[in-house]
Amino acid sequence: MNAATLLPAVGVAAGLAVVLGAALGWLATRLRADPDSLVERLDALLPQTQCGQCRYPGCRPYAVAIASGEAGTDRCPPGGEATARALATLLGREPRPVDPRYGETRPPQVAVIDEARCIGCALCLPACPVDAIVGAPRFVHTVIEAQCTGCELCLPPCPVDCIALLPSPGEAYRARTAPASA
Amino acid sequence: MSARPVLRGGLRLESHKARPLEHSVQLLPAPSIAVLALDQGSGEEARAVVTPGTRVRVGTRVAAGIGAAADLHSPVSGEVRAVELRPTASGQGTCIVVASDGRDEHEPGLAPLNWSTLDGAALLEALAGGGLAGFGGAAFPTAGKLALARVAGVELLLLNGAECEPWICCDDALLRERASDVVLGTRVMLAACGAARATIALEDDKPEARAALEAALAAAGDARLALVVLPAVFPLGAEGLLIAAVTGREVPTGALPPEVGVVCQNVGTAAAVARYVSAGTPALSRLVTVTGSGVRRPANLEARIGTPVAELVAACGGYGDTPPAARLIAGGSLTGRALATDAVPVTKGLNCVLVATAADLPWREAEVPCIRCGDCAAVCPVALLPQQLHRAARADDLAGLARFGLTDCIECGCCDYVCPSAIPLTAGFRAARERQQLHEAERRRAVETKARYERHRRRQGEQAEAERRAFEAARRSAQSDGAGRA
Repeated sequence: MNAATLLPAVGVAAGLAVVLGAALGWLATRLRADPDSLVERLDALLPQTQCGQCRYPGCRPYAVAIASGEAGTDRCPPGGEATARALATLLGREPRPVDPRYGETRPPQVAVIDEARCIGCALCLPACPVDAIVGAPRFVHTVIEAQCTGCELCLPPCPVDCIALLPSPGEAYRARTAPASA
Repeated sequence: MSARPVLRGGLRLESHKARPLEHSVQLLPAPSIAVLALDQGSGEEARAVVTPGTRVRVGTRVAAGIGAAADLHSPVSGEVRAVELRPTASGQGTCIVVASDGRDEHEPGLAPLNWSTLDGAALLEALAGGGLAGFGGAAFPTAGKLALARVAGVELLLLNGAECEPWICCDDALLRERASDVVLGTRVMLAACGAARATIALEDDKPEARAALEAALAAAGDARLALVVLPAVFPLGAEGLLIAAVTGREVPTGALPPEVGVVCQNVGTAAAVARYVSAGTPALSRLVTVTGSGVRRPANLEARIGTPVAELVAACGGYGDTPPAARLIAGGSLTGRALATDAVPVTKGLNCVLVATAADLPWREAEVPCIRCGDCAAVCPVALLPQQLHRAARADDLAGLARFGLTDCIECGCCDYVCPSAIPLTAGFRAARERQQLHEAERRRAVETKARYERHRRRQGEQAEAERRAFEAARRSAQSDGAGRA
């Protein structure tokens, strides 16, 4: 076999490579996956507690980080196993349990202010990411239970430690309807 | 009838209706304490309009209907003692407790309704004041259901006399003794909903009821009314299945019967409508079957709403000793709910009190794993695959539950009945439904929370920006002050 008989085959292969390469390159720019829609879909799976346990300042920033490959799907303790699994499924990755370094998954909880001890300092108001605390300087504050996500971000600014986290009142109901362990 | 089977799947069960039907309906005296559950069986509570101390008479409205709850009227005269939580057929619920003065004074102004002179809308409004609700068990307000049907322009009013549960026979007793009331109520509802014709459906195991109904229909001489007799198969009395059996039309998933031009009402509801238009009495009593081998004299009773179940059992000779009563069930043996106490009051949706002995309803054996025999799929009347739903429910797989059609499950219990592994399938599906609703509520909450968070972020950003501007302005004015002085 000499070089001359190989030449047409090599030429065809090279030609195909050039043509297909150009086509793929054009398609890649034309049909670019919309990264924003991926962020939206990831964000929709997150529990929206805005607690920051993932080390990002809220659920959406974490979704952006997952989409860019900066963070894994194992950083959301409030979402627990179900959220970790849903995130991994959306990305077509192997599901991984929540990394305990980011916190432990606990049953839903709500913040409750001990009104006898609250001094009305208003420091917890801006700390609440979902505006669930009502109050004003020198007036007793209270938590709107239905809107509290139990993120614990109101605890550090409180100078008198009058905020406690209690199990969410819906918890008894949840336990009753939990699937029977097979 | 056509060659098409009347029902796909289902069960042919041994009937236990003979003993209560040996005697005619027994009228139960008024209770000394009437306990009126605000939720009469539809799952929604009416709003109480009386407070402790209010004097009431027979027929006084004590709670106003909202949504799926109809108006509620006092069945006795006396005084409201309390509005408090009490055990009810659905667990516990708020009840209006009325102590009777024993005089049974009627509310003045309860007068017969000249229904034939009223047009549809006025008749619907008049019916809404009667507190009428589905006596078949769902207790959905009758006037509301007929109004929906009128708006949709239904063609057929279907009267449900298919009492497929093996122990319940109060509709059978009603048709035997008060068929003319059922016919009158049907004609009133026909005028209210605007349908062209009405069909009364019952099963072939009720020849006496059929004869009485045929006589009443002949006496009424209304050509729009017809009778259809179907084979006795469980659960043919379920609304959607009965519509399919009579008309051949299937109600689509998530839709209501008016979508296929039909509105369905129970025969007991029709009798209550007749009593309301002919005597002006709102829904104050209903027929209840008290049966089972655990009660001495099974019977059909006419009991006032609010009568404790204990008084019904006492009127039937009390609980038997040999064999002892083992379980108390509200409703039938397949779709009923176990009662924890006989203090539970009669509601508009309560058709049967089953006092079962261990022989009537053997206790379930311990559950063992599914062997995938497929018996449950063969009996499922709505063509689901209970074994697949069961797997999805166990795994809490919401997508799987939706894919296998959990929304279409009518919770009839056929799959439980045939399961050789004694798996409580229907109970699992009911719990899965509740979890599904919980999950949807959580999703809605997450969306709201996100909106609040975004507003919070935006406001914080604006505040920081405003502070920066104020600081810049202050610095500039300080600089210009300094420059001026220099």
